[in-house]
Amino acid sequence: MLFLAQQTASAAQSPIAPLLFIALAALTVVSAWAIVLSQNIVRMAVYLLLTLMGAAGFYFMLSAEFLAAIQLIVYAGGTLILIIFGVMLTSKDPFLQLKAAVWERVAGTFVGLILAGLLLLALVHNTLPGGGASLGDVEPHAGFAQHDTVAAIGRGLLTEYVVPFEVAGVLLLVVMIGAAYMARKRVK
Amino acid sequence: MTHPIAQIGLMHFLIVSFLLFGAGVATILTKRNAIGILIGVELVLNAAAINFVAFNRFGWSGTGGEHATPLIHGQMFSIFIIVLAAAEAAVALAIFLNYYNTFSSIDVEAADEMKG
Repeated sequence: MLFLAQQTASAAQSPIAPLLFIALAALTVVSAWAIVLSQNIVRMAVYLLLTLMGAAGFYFMLSAEFLAAIQLIVYAGGTLILIIFGVMLTSKDPFLQLKAAVWERVAGTFVGLILAGLLLLALVHNTLPGGGASLGDVEPHAGFAQHDTVAAIGRGLLTEYVVPFEVAGVLLLVVMIGAAYMARKRVK
Repeated sequence: MTHPIAQIGLMHFLIVSFLLFGAGVATILTKRNAIGILIGVELVLNAAAINFVAFNRFGWSGTGGEHATPLIHGQMFSIFIIVLAAAEAAVALAIFLNYYNTFSSIDVEAADEMKG
């Protein structure tokens, strides 16, 4: 795992990094906007799977291997299957289409594009506090090459983050009980 | 000295994250299927998680020292985002199942009894 961390720590600077980044960005962004334009719930679920896998690829590029694995296991493996179960349980026809009005679709897509555009505008016109450097000039810090982030996360969860960790465990227990309670069969 | 495009920096990851966020908001606004809206929420949460990891990789400029934990603050936030997203999906789908039993439809427009 340390070897993998060292490999990926330099991935953001290696010569193939731009090609890898462009491929991942195209996969992620195109399938995310395909979700917006798609009207079929099953296709939307498949596009969501592609987007989540692209995000996992970004985590690998950012040398967060543990997070990439978690993304694939929890999101692509768990949440997406939950969504597909939901699709199958809540319609007699899985290819059921609930079309919004055309003006609603156009207006919603427009609002999404405007929000993304405003954020991009803010990004272009930013300066960091202190040095006045642009975000584009921020250097990746070198610590990742020497450290095993998986071990660091394990240590962090049991020292600095032990309270959020426990709260997350209790939350998951409550969620499991609550979901089972809400989805139970009603006794007449 | 490499070509500027050969330097993948923080900004590139933020651009992708912003486009994902816009797609998520647009999905929430344009879908009438409740599960479609849930998919939009997942997109927004993913955009936030990518932001955290990107800032974690590029933003921190201290020294690691004995404690390696400053390296992983952003990743830790992303882990909790993923945990919360999984919990949210489970509860939301249980609510949708109840909703479907009550209204025999998953269309969010069907819930107009309170005319809100």
